[in-house]
Amino acid sequence: MRWMRQLVRGTLLFIPPYMAFNDIFFSIRTVDGVSMQPTLNPEGKNTDFVLLDRWAAANFQFERGDVVSLISPKDPSQWLIKRVIALEGDQVKSDSCFEEDVNVPRGHCWVEGDNRECSLDSNNFGPVSYGLITAKASYILWPPSRWGKLDKLAIAQGRVTTRENVDRGKVFFGWDS
Amino acid sequence: MVSTFSALCKTVAYGVSGLSTCYCLLKFGCSLGKCEDVSMEPTIQDGDLVLICSFYVRHLLLQKGDIVFSKSPYDPRSVICKRIVAMEGDTVFNNEKGLAEYVGKGHVWLEGDNKEASVDSRYYGPLPYGLLISKVTVRLWPPERFGFLDFSRSTRKSSS
Repeated sequence: MRWMRQLVRGTLLFIPPYMAFNDIFFSIRTVDGVSMQPTLNPEGKNTDFVLLDRWAAANFQFERGDVVSLISPKDPSQWLIKRVIALEGDQVKSDSCFEEDVNVPRGHCWVEGDNRECSLDSNNFGPVSYGLITAKASYILWPPSRWGKLDKLAIAQGRVTTRENVDRGKVFFGWDS
Repeated sequence: MVSTFSALCKTVAYGVSGLSTCYCLLKFGCSLGKCEDVSMEPTIQDGDLVLICSFYVRHLLLQKGDIVFSKSPYDPRSVICKRIVAMEGDTVFNNEKGLAEYVGKGHVWLEGDNKEASVDSRYYGPLPYGLLISKVTVRLWPPERFGFLDFSRSTRKSSS
């Protein structure tokens, strides 16, 4: 009986730190869907586990080419994993039927899946607010054959007009606070 | 010596667990918030202390007329306090632009009670639900205006 009590007590002691750690620093999740092929889930089965760096996202430490996880703007219970293409202030060539240039507004970024044919991304719903980004995906943990850091991917030349010299947070288009 | 060490370990374990429990309760349950803008006057005035419950947002229990804390869409570091006027599928008349706007799937329409001083959905359109942080349930301070902020008055006519 004594060891059972100890076990229960140990579990109870362990759960809150685990939840807090998951919420503040790192968490592990499976990737579902094929929108990030061939980087994630290349066989089309939901097998990949990624390490999500929540601390980086809370401090907005992601750049063009990073893989991030975000809450879907169309459905708050859905979780997406996409690659950041453009940050606030940039001009990006939209890949939807209209092929138009989009100015990414202040506090927003442009996200896309690597699998362009089969991805619900900014080409559908437009730029997403930074506040929806929950974590930066930094490592592939499973399967072991592809274990390693998720690299930044260079973005195709000519698609994004970057504005590097602009004071971030002070660029905006249209709406003045 | 050994017993001192084990006592220390125990203290650290209980301390960490207790702190994490507090964090989880504040993050996933209820916590206190201070409203520092005038956009919700007269319901919430500048500097009022309120009780905010985030599980309403997490479990999708919000309804029209609730007051919520939300991340500002154009400045992710700042928090705004507004009232939900319409939810997904509704049509709202935007009297700032003078046209009716449709609130798309997964979005909400937020407006402050103080129409003159509030910068809200009338300027930047519907907000994605994922930006909401928590629901404001009780106004705690100052004590003479203590009260529950339940679904009471939705000041806008919105046709669904």
